[in-house]
Amino acid sequence: MEKILDRREFLKLSGLAGVVFVSGLAGCSSMAKRSDAKEFYFVQLSDTHWGFKGPKVNPDAEGTLKKAVAAVNGLAQQPDFIVFTGDLTHTTDDPQERRKRLAEFREIVSELKVKKVHFMPGEHDASLDHGEAYQEFFGKTHYTFDHKGVHFIVLDNVSDPTASIGEAQLQWLATDLNAQPKDARIVVFTHRPLFDLYPQWDWATRDGDKAIALLMPHPNVTVFYGHIHQENHHMTGHIAHHSAKSLIFPLPAPGSQPKRTPLPWDAAQPYKGLGYRDIEADVQTAQYRITELPVVKG
Amino acid sequence: MKLKSRGIKLIVLAAVLGTGLVSAGDYASVQTEDPVIKIVAKKFDYTPNEIKLKKGVPVILEFTTLDVFMGFKVPDLGVRADIIPGKVSRLRLVSDKVGTFPFVCDVFCGSGHENMTGTIVVTE
Repeated sequence: MEKILDRREFLKLSGLAGVVFVSGLAGCSSMAKRSDAKEFYFVQLSDTHWGFKGPKVNPDAEGTLKKAVAAVNGLAQQPDFIVFTGDLTHTTDDPQERRKRLAEFREIVSELKVKKVHFMPGEHDASLDHGEAYQEFFGKTHYTFDHKGVHFIVLDNVSDPTASIGEAQLQWLATDLNAQPKDARIVVFTHRPLFDLYPQWDWATRDGDKAIALLMPHPNVTVFYGHIHQENHHMTGHIAHHSAKSLIFPLPAPGSQPKRTPLPWDAAQPYKGLGYRDIEADVQTAQYRITELPVVKG
Repeated sequence: MKLKSRGIKLIVLAAVLGTGLVSAGDYASVQTEDPVIKIVAKKFDYTPNEIKLKKGVPVILEFTTLDVFMGFKVPDLGVRADIIPGKVSRLRLVSDKVGTFPFVCDVFCGSGHENMTGTIVVTE
Protein backbone atom coordinates (compact mmCIF):
# COMPACT_ATOMS: atom_id res chain seq x y z
CA MET A 1 0.00 0.00 0.00
CA GLU A 2 2.80 2.37 0.88
CA LYS A 3 4.37 1.91 -2.54
CA ILE A 4 1.11 2.65 -4.34
CA LEU A 5 0.57 5.85 -2.36
CA ASP A 6 4.09 6.91 -3.22
CA ARG A 7 3.38 6.34 -6.89
CA ARG A 8 0.09 8.26 -6.79
CA GLU A 9 1.88 11.13 -5.14
CA PHE A 10 4.57 11.01 -7.81
CA LEU A 11 2.00 11.13 -10.63
CA LYS A 12 0.27 14.04 -8.97
CA LEU A 13 3.44 15.99 -8.32
CA SER A 14 4.83 15.34 -11.79
CA GLY A 15 1.64 16.53 -13.43
CA LEU A 16 1.28 13.25 -15.27
CA ALA A 17 -1.99 12.11 -13.81
CA GLY A 18 -5.07 12.69 -15.92
CA VAL A 19 -8.64 11.81 -15.14
CA VAL A 20 -8.97 9.23 -12.42
CA PHE A 21 -11.85 6.83 -12.67
CA VAL A 22 -12.70 4.33 -9.99
CA SER A 23 -14.48 1.21 -11.14
CA GLY A 24 -15.92 -1.51 -9.00
CA LEU A 25 -18.68 -2.53 -6.73
CA ALA A 26 -19.50 -0.46 -3.69
CA GLY A 27 -21.04 -3.48 -2.02
CA CYS A 28 -17.79 -5.36 -2.10
CA SER A 29 -16.35 -3.40 0.79
CA SER A 30 -18.62 -5.33 3.10
CA MET A 31 -17.25 -8.65 1.96
CA ALA A 32 -15.08 -10.64 4.27
CA LYS A 33 -11.44 -9.78 3.87
CA ARG A 34 -9.67 -12.31 1.73
CA SER A 35 -6.54 -13.84 3.07
CA ASP A 36 -4.80 -13.19 -0.24
CA ALA A 37 -5.94 -9.55 -0.45
CA LYS A 38 -3.37 -7.47 -2.29
CA GLU A 39 -3.03 -4.37 -4.33
CA PHE A 40 -1.02 -4.04 -7.47
CA TYR A 41 -1.07 -2.05 -10.66
CA PHE A 42 -0.70 -2.70 -14.31
CA VAL A 43 -0.52 -0.55 -17.44
CA GLN A 44 -2.85 -0.75 -20.46
CA LEU A 45 -1.73 0.45 -23.88
CA SER A 46 -3.95 0.11 -26.90
CA ASP A 47 -4.36 0.66 -30.61
CA THR A 48 -0.79 1.50 -31.50
CA HIS A 49 -1.42 0.78 -35.22
CA TRP A 50 2.26 0.39 -36.06
CA GLY A 51 2.66 1.00 -39.82
CA PHE A 52 -0.06 3.63 -40.05
CA LYS A 53 0.76 6.64 -42.18
CA GLY A 54 -1.35 9.79 -42.08
CA PRO A 55 0.47 13.04 -41.34
CA LYS A 56 -2.76 14.98 -40.94
CA VAL A 57 -3.82 12.89 -37.96
CA ASN A 58 -0.40 11.95 -36.60
CA PRO A 59 2.78 13.41 -38.12
CA ASP A 60 4.77 11.43 -35.56
CA ALA A 61 3.30 8.02 -36.38
CA GLU A 62 6.73 6.42 -36.21
CA GLY A 63 7.61 8.09 -32.92
CA THR A 64 4.48 7.87 -30.80
CA LEU A 65 4.80 4.24 -29.78
CA LYS A 66 8.46 4.73 -28.93
CA LYS A 67 7.56 7.75 -26.81
CA ALA A 68 4.91 5.70 -25.01
CA VAL A 69 7.45 2.96 -24.30
CA ALA A 70 9.81 5.60 -22.90
CA ALA A 71 7.00 7.09 -20.81
CA VAL A 72 6.14 3.71 -19.27
CA ASN A 73 9.81 3.01 -18.63
CA GLY A 74 9.98 6.38 -16.87
CA LEU A 75 7.27 5.59 -14.35
CA ALA A 76 8.71 5.86 -10.85
CA GLN A 77 7.29 2.51 -9.88
CA GLN A 78 7.11 -0.07 -12.61
CA PRO A 79 3.83 -1.94 -13.07
CA ASP A 80 3.46 -5.64 -12.30
CA PHE A 81 2.64 -6.19 -15.97
CA ILE A 82 1.63 -4.43 -19.16
CA VAL A 83 -1.22 -5.29 -21.50
CA PHE A 84 -1.75 -4.23 -25.10
CA THR A 85 -5.42 -4.49 -26.02
CA GLY A 86 -5.11 -5.00 -29.75
CA ASP A 87 -4.50 -3.24 -33.05
CA LEU A 88 -0.79 -3.51 -32.44
CA THR A 89 -0.30 -2.91 -36.16
CA HIS A 90 -2.24 -1.14 -38.87
CA THR A 91 -3.84 -3.47 -41.35
CA THR A 92 -2.31 -4.32 -44.70
CA ASP A 93 -3.43 -6.68 -47.46
CA ASP A 94 0.16 -7.85 -47.90
CA PRO A 95 0.96 -10.84 -45.64
CA GLN A 96 4.69 -10.09 -45.79
CA GLU A 97 4.16 -6.47 -44.80
CA ARG A 98 1.86 -7.62 -41.97
CA ARG A 99 4.65 -9.79 -40.58
CA LYS A 100 7.16 -6.97 -41.01
CA ARG A 101 4.95 -4.64 -38.99
CA LEU A 102 4.37 -7.25 -36.29
CA ALA A 103 8.14 -7.84 -36.08
CA GLU A 104 8.87 -4.13 -35.83
CA PHE A 105 6.22 -3.67 -33.18
CA ARG A 106 7.64 -6.55 -31.16
CA GLU A 107 11.12 -5.08 -31.43
CA ILE A 108 9.98 -1.65 -30.20
CA VAL A 109 8.04 -2.96 -27.20
CA SER A 110 10.93 -5.26 -26.28
CA GLU A 111 12.47 -2.06 -24.91
CA LEU A 112 9.91 -2.01 -22.10
CA LYS A 113 11.62 -2.51 -18.76
CA VAL A 114 8.75 -4.69 -17.57
CA LYS A 115 9.08 -8.03 -19.29
CA LYS A 116 5.72 -9.42 -18.29
CA VAL A 117 3.67 -8.18 -21.24
CA HIS A 118 0.35 -9.60 -22.42
CA PHE A 119 -0.83 -9.14 -25.97
CA MET A 120 -4.00 -9.69 -27.93
CA PRO A 121 -4.91 -8.89 -31.51
CA GLY A 122 -7.21 -6.26 -32.92
CA GLU A 123 -9.03 -6.59 -36.20
CA HIS A 124 -6.19 -4.74 -37.95
CA ASP A 125 -3.76 -7.46 -36.82
CA ALA A 126 -5.86 -10.53 -37.30
CA SER A 127 -9.08 -10.23 -39.25
CA LEU A 128 -7.66 -10.63 -42.76
CA ASP A 129 -5.85 -13.91 -42.04
CA HIS A 130 -7.82 -15.21 -39.04
CA GLY A 131 -4.91 -14.40 -36.74
CA GLU A 132 -2.35 -16.53 -38.55
CA ALA A 133 0.49 -13.97 -38.67
CA TYR A 134 -0.32 -12.63 -35.21
CA GLN A 135 -0.03 -16.10 -33.69
CA GLU A 136 3.40 -16.58 -35.27
CA PHE A 137 4.64 -13.64 -33.23
CA PHE A 138 2.52 -13.57 -30.08
CA GLY A 139 0.93 -16.98 -29.67
CA LYS A 140 -2.62 -17.66 -28.61
CA THR A 141 -5.30 -15.06 -29.21
CA HIS A 142 -7.39 -16.07 -26.21
CA TYR A 143 -6.04 -17.28 -22.89
CA THR A 144 -6.17 -16.73 -19.16
CA PHE A 145 -3.65 -15.89 -16.48
CA ASP A 146 -3.80 -15.25 -12.77
CA HIS A 147 -2.07 -12.51 -10.86
CA LYS A 148 -2.20 -11.84 -7.13
CA GLY A 149 -5.75 -13.05 -6.68
CA VAL A 150 -7.25 -11.74 -9.92
CA HIS A 151 -8.25 -14.04 -12.76
CA PHE A 152 -7.57 -12.39 -16.12
CA ILE A 153 -9.35 -13.58 -19.27
CA VAL A 154 -8.24 -12.48 -22.73
CA LEU A 155 -11.05 -12.80 -25.27
CA ASP A 156 -10.53 -12.71 -29.03
CA ASN A 157 -13.36 -10.96 -30.89
CA VAL A 158 -11.34 -10.06 -33.98
CA SER A 159 -9.76 -13.13 -35.59
CA ASP A 160 -13.17 -13.86 -37.05
CA PRO A 161 -13.68 -10.97 -39.50
CA THR A 162 -17.37 -10.90 -38.63
CA ALA A 163 -16.37 -9.57 -35.18
CA SER A 164 -17.59 -12.71 -33.48
CA ILE A 165 -16.18 -14.58 -30.51
CA GLY A 166 -17.58 -17.83 -31.85
CA GLU A 167 -19.20 -20.81 -30.22
CA ALA A 168 -15.94 -22.68 -29.54
CA GLN A 169 -14.39 -19.78 -27.64
CA LEU A 170 -17.65 -19.09 -25.81
CA GLN A 171 -17.68 -22.72 -24.66
CA TRP A 172 -14.05 -22.33 -23.56
CA LEU A 173 -15.09 -19.20 -21.62
CA ALA A 174 -17.98 -21.02 -19.97
CA THR A 175 -15.71 -23.85 -18.89
CA ASP A 176 -13.15 -21.44 -17.48
CA LEU A 177 -15.76 -19.43 -15.58
CA ASN A 178 -17.32 -22.58 -14.14
CA ALA A 179 -13.95 -23.44 -12.64
CA GLN A 180 -13.74 -20.10 -10.78
CA PRO A 181 -15.15 -19.49 -7.32
CA LYS A 182 -18.33 -17.45 -7.36
CA ASP A 183 -16.64 -14.41 -5.85
CA ALA A 184 -13.55 -14.62 -8.06
CA ARG A 185 -12.04 -11.30 -9.06
CA ILE A 186 -12.31 -11.41 -12.84
CA VAL A 187 -10.89 -8.98 -15.35
CA VAL A 188 -11.57 -9.41 -19.06
CA PHE A 189 -9.27 -7.95 -21.70
CA THR A 190 -10.59 -7.74 -25.22
CA HIS A 191 -10.34 -5.50 -28.25
CA ARG A 192 -13.84 -4.62 -29.36
CA PRO A 193 -16.58 -3.60 -26.96
CA LEU A 194 -18.56 -6.64 -25.88
CA PHE A 195 -21.73 -4.58 -25.84
CA ASP A 196 -23.38 -2.58 -28.64
CA LEU A 197 -21.57 0.68 -28.02
CA TYR A 198 -22.34 2.18 -31.42
CA PRO A 199 -23.05 -0.44 -34.10
CA GLN A 200 -23.57 2.34 -36.64
CA TRP A 201 -19.77 2.62 -36.59
CA ASP A 202 -19.21 -1.11 -36.15
CA TRP A 203 -18.35 -0.60 -32.48
CA ALA A 204 -19.74 -3.88 -31.26
CA THR A 205 -19.12 -7.62 -31.04
CA ARG A 206 -21.70 -9.66 -32.91
CA ASP A 207 -22.06 -12.26 -30.17
CA GLY A 208 -20.75 -10.13 -27.32
CA ASP A 209 -24.08 -10.48 -25.53
CA LYS A 210 -23.36 -14.20 -25.12
CA ALA A 211 -20.05 -13.47 -23.40
CA ILE A 212 -21.72 -10.94 -21.11
CA ALA A 213 -24.42 -13.48 -20.27
CA LEU A 214 -21.73 -15.95 -19.21
CA LEU A 215 -19.96 -13.31 -17.11
CA MET A 216 -23.14 -11.96 -15.51
CA PRO A 217 -23.48 -14.57 -12.71
CA HIS A 218 -20.09 -13.50 -11.40
CA PRO A 219 -20.35 -10.47 -9.13
CA ASN A 220 -16.82 -9.14 -9.61
CA VAL A 221 -16.14 -8.63 -13.31
CA THR A 222 -14.53 -5.66 -15.04
CA VAL A 223 -13.73 -5.37 -18.76
CA PHE A 224 -10.92 -3.34 -20.31
CA TYR A 225 -10.84 -2.96 -24.06
CA GLY A 226 -9.65 -0.74 -26.95
CA HIS A 227 -10.87 -0.31 -30.54
CA ILE A 228 -12.67 3.03 -30.22
CA HIS A 229 -9.54 5.18 -29.57
CA GLN A 230 -10.99 7.06 -26.64
CA GLU A 231 -12.12 6.60 -23.08
CA ASN A 232 -15.59 5.24 -22.58
CA HIS A 233 -17.10 3.92 -19.38
CA HIS A 234 -20.22 1.81 -19.55
CA MET A 235 -22.13 -0.59 -17.33
CA THR A 236 -23.97 -3.72 -18.42
CA GLY A 237 -25.67 -4.64 -15.18
CA HIS A 238 -22.93 -4.81 -12.56
CA ILE A 239 -20.14 -5.27 -15.15
CA ALA A 240 -18.06 -2.18 -15.92
CA HIS A 241 -16.51 -1.76 -19.36
CA HIS A 242 -13.65 0.71 -19.85
CA SER A 243 -12.16 1.54 -23.25
CA ALA A 244 -8.68 3.00 -23.58
CA LYS A 245 -7.19 5.79 -25.60
CA SER A 246 -5.15 5.02 -28.69
CA LEU A 247 -1.47 5.64 -29.32
CA ILE A 248 -1.90 6.71 -32.94
CA PHE A 249 -5.00 8.92 -33.40
CA PRO A 250 -8.17 9.70 -31.48
CA LEU A 251 -11.60 8.95 -32.90
CA PRO A 252 -14.70 11.08 -32.40
CA ALA A 253 -17.25 10.42 -29.70
CA PRO A 254 -19.86 7.90 -30.86
CA GLY A 255 -22.35 9.55 -33.21
CA SER A 256 -20.84 13.00 -32.75
CA GLN A 257 -20.17 13.40 -36.48
CA PRO A 258 -21.46 11.65 -39.61
CA LYS A 259 -18.40 9.46 -40.10
CA ARG A 260 -15.91 7.89 -37.72
CA THR A 261 -12.97 9.68 -39.30
CA PRO A 262 -9.93 10.28 -37.07
CA LEU A 263 -9.70 13.60 -35.30
CA PRO A 264 -7.09 15.85 -36.91
CA TRP A 265 -3.74 16.50 -35.30
CA ASP A 266 -3.66 19.68 -33.24
CA ALA A 267 -0.25 21.30 -33.69
CA ALA A 268 -0.92 23.53 -30.70
CA GLN A 269 -1.56 20.45 -28.56
CA PRO A 270 0.44 17.60 -30.06
CA TYR A 271 -0.54 14.08 -28.96
CA LYS A 272 -3.85 15.43 -27.67
CA GLY A 273 -6.32 12.60 -27.19
CA LEU A 274 -3.61 9.96 -27.15
CA GLY A 275 -2.34 8.18 -24.08
CA TYR A 276 -2.20 5.12 -21.93
CA ARG A 277 -3.43 4.31 -18.48
CA ASP A 278 -2.38 2.77 -15.25
CA ILE A 279 -4.84 0.63 -13.38
CA GLU A 280 -4.57 -0.09 -9.69
CA ALA A 281 -6.30 -3.24 -8.62
CA ASP A 282 -7.63 -3.47 -5.09
CA VAL A 283 -8.22 -7.18 -4.92
CA GLN A 284 -10.16 -7.11 -1.68
CA THR A 285 -12.84 -4.70 -2.90
CA ALA A 286 -12.60 -5.64 -6.60
CA GLN A 287 -12.12 -1.97 -7.41
CA TYR A 288 -9.91 -0.63 -10.17
CA ARG A 289 -8.54 2.87 -10.02
CA ILE A 290 -7.81 4.12 -13.54
CA THR A 291 -5.41 6.97 -14.14
CA GLU A 292 -5.09 8.29 -17.68
CA LEU A 293 -1.55 9.28 -18.66
CA PRO A 294 -0.30 11.26 -21.66
CA VAL A 295 2.26 10.12 -24.23
CA VAL A 296 4.42 13.10 -23.42
CA LYS A 297 4.30 15.36 -20.43
CA GLY A 298 2.39 18.52 -21.39
CA MET B 1 -46.09 -25.58 -54.40
CA LYS B 2 -42.44 -24.61 -54.17
CA LEU B 3 -43.26 -20.92 -54.47
CA LYS B 4 -45.96 -21.23 -51.84
CA SER B 5 -43.51 -22.87 -49.47
CA ARG B 6 -41.02 -20.05 -49.96
CA GLY B 7 -43.76 -17.49 -49.39
CA ILE B 8 -44.66 -19.19 -46.13
CA LYS B 9 -40.98 -19.15 -45.12
CA LEU B 10 -40.83 -15.42 -45.67
CA ILE B 11 -44.01 -14.79 -43.71
CA VAL B 12 -42.74 -16.98 -40.88
CA LEU B 13 -39.42 -15.10 -40.87
CA ALA B 14 -41.21 -11.77 -40.71
CA ALA B 15 -43.33 -13.09 -37.85
CA VAL B 16 -40.27 -14.37 -35.99
CA LEU B 17 -38.58 -11.01 -36.37
CA GLY B 18 -41.79 -9.56 -35.06
CA THR B 19 -40.69 -6.05 -35.80
CA GLY B 20 -43.71 -4.71 -37.60
CA LEU B 21 -41.20 -2.13 -38.73
CA VAL B 22 -38.89 -4.14 -40.86
CA SER B 23 -39.01 -7.58 -42.31
CA ALA B 24 -35.96 -9.17 -43.80
CA GLY B 25 -35.11 -12.26 -45.74
CA ASP B 26 -31.88 -13.56 -47.17
CA TYR B 27 -33.28 -15.92 -49.73
CA ALA B 28 -31.34 -16.09 -52.95
CA SER B 29 -34.28 -17.71 -54.68
CA VAL B 30 -37.20 -15.74 -53.28
CA GLN B 31 -39.80 -14.86 -55.90
CA THR B 32 -41.35 -11.47 -55.40
CA GLU B 33 -43.02 -8.57 -57.14
CA ASP B 34 -41.12 -6.16 -54.92
CA PRO B 35 -38.78 -3.75 -56.69
CA VAL B 36 -35.13 -4.76 -56.65
CA ILE B 37 -32.28 -2.41 -55.82
CA LYS B 38 -28.90 -3.77 -56.85
CA ILE B 39 -25.97 -2.86 -54.60
CA VAL B 40 -22.41 -3.65 -55.59
CA ALA B 41 -19.75 -3.80 -52.89
CA LYS B 42 -16.03 -3.55 -53.47
CA LYS B 43 -13.06 -2.39 -51.49
CA PHE B 44 -14.02 0.04 -50.03
CA ASP B 45 -17.43 1.31 -50.99
CA TYR B 46 -20.97 0.43 -51.95
CA THR B 47 -22.59 1.51 -55.21
CA PRO B 48 -24.99 3.13 -54.64
CA ASN B 49 -24.17 4.29 -51.14
CA GLU B 50 -27.45 6.13 -50.70
CA ILE B 51 -30.63 4.10 -50.97
CA LYS B 52 -33.96 5.92 -51.15
CA LEU B 53 -37.07 4.12 -49.93
CA LYS B 54 -40.67 5.00 -49.33
CA LYS B 55 -42.17 4.32 -45.95
CA GLY B 56 -44.14 1.08 -45.94
CA VAL B 57 -43.04 0.07 -49.44
CA PRO B 58 -41.06 -3.17 -49.50
CA VAL B 59 -37.97 -3.57 -51.64
CA ILE B 60 -35.46 -6.29 -52.27
CA LEU B 61 -31.84 -5.25 -51.77
CA GLU B 62 -29.68 -7.44 -53.99
CA PHE B 63 -26.00 -7.56 -53.12
CA THR B 64 -22.90 -8.71 -54.95
CA THR B 65 -19.22 -8.14 -54.23
CA LEU B 66 -16.50 -7.57 -56.77
CA ASP B 67 -13.73 -8.78 -54.51
CA VAL B 68 -13.89 -9.96 -50.88
CA PHE B 69 -16.38 -11.08 -48.24
CA MET B 70 -18.31 -8.06 -47.01
CA GLY B 71 -21.24 -7.31 -44.76
CA PHE B 72 -24.19 -4.96 -44.83
CA LYS B 73 -25.77 -3.88 -41.60
CA VAL B 74 -28.41 -1.27 -40.80
CA PRO B 75 -28.38 -1.14 -36.99
CA ASP B 76 -31.32 1.26 -36.75
CA LEU B 77 -33.51 -1.09 -38.80
CA GLY B 78 -32.20 -4.27 -37.21
CA VAL B 79 -31.18 -6.00 -40.43
CA ARG B 80 -27.96 -7.31 -41.91
CA ALA B 81 -26.67 -9.54 -44.70
CA ASP B 82 -23.47 -11.26 -45.71
CA ILE B 83 -22.14 -10.36 -49.15
CA ILE B 84 -20.22 -13.38 -50.38
CA PRO B 85 -17.96 -13.50 -53.45
CA GLY B 86 -19.60 -15.36 -56.33
CA LYS B 87 -23.06 -15.25 -54.79
CA VAL B 88 -26.04 -12.94 -54.81
CA SER B 89 -27.49 -12.05 -51.42
CA ARG B 90 -30.98 -10.66 -51.10
CA LEU B 91 -32.55 -8.79 -48.23
CA ARG B 92 -36.22 -7.81 -48.16
CA LEU B 93 -36.67 -4.52 -46.42
CA VAL B 94 -39.74 -2.49 -45.51
CA SER B 95 -39.58 0.32 -43.02
CA ASP B 96 -42.56 1.96 -41.37
CA LYS B 97 -40.48 4.81 -40.04
CA VAL B 98 -39.02 7.72 -41.93
CA GLY B 99 -35.49 9.01 -41.46
CA THR B 100 -31.91 8.61 -42.50
CA PHE B 101 -30.33 5.40 -41.31
CA PRO B 102 -26.61 4.64 -41.74
CA PHE B 103 -25.43 1.27 -42.94
CA VAL B 104 -21.96 -0.19 -42.48
CA CYS B 105 -19.85 -3.11 -43.52
CA ASP B 106 -19.70 -5.33 -40.43
CA VAL B 107 -17.17 -7.80 -41.84
CA PHE B 108 -13.60 -6.50 -41.62
CA CYS B 109 -12.42 -6.25 -45.21
CA GLY B 110 -9.17 -4.28 -45.19
CA SER B 111 -7.54 -0.91 -44.77
CA GLY B 112 -10.57 1.06 -45.92
CA HIS B 113 -13.11 -0.98 -43.98
CA GLU B 114 -14.00 1.96 -41.77
CA ASN B 115 -15.01 3.94 -44.86
CA MET B 116 -17.52 1.37 -46.09
CA THR B 117 -20.65 3.18 -45.13
CA GLY B 118 -23.80 4.60 -46.66
CA THR B 119 -27.30 5.69 -45.78
CA ILE B 120 -30.83 4.53 -46.28
CA VAL B 121 -33.20 7.47 -46.61
CA VAL B 122 -36.85 6.65 -45.94
CA THR B 123 -39.45 9.26 -46.82
CA GLU B 124 -43.27 9.44 -46.66
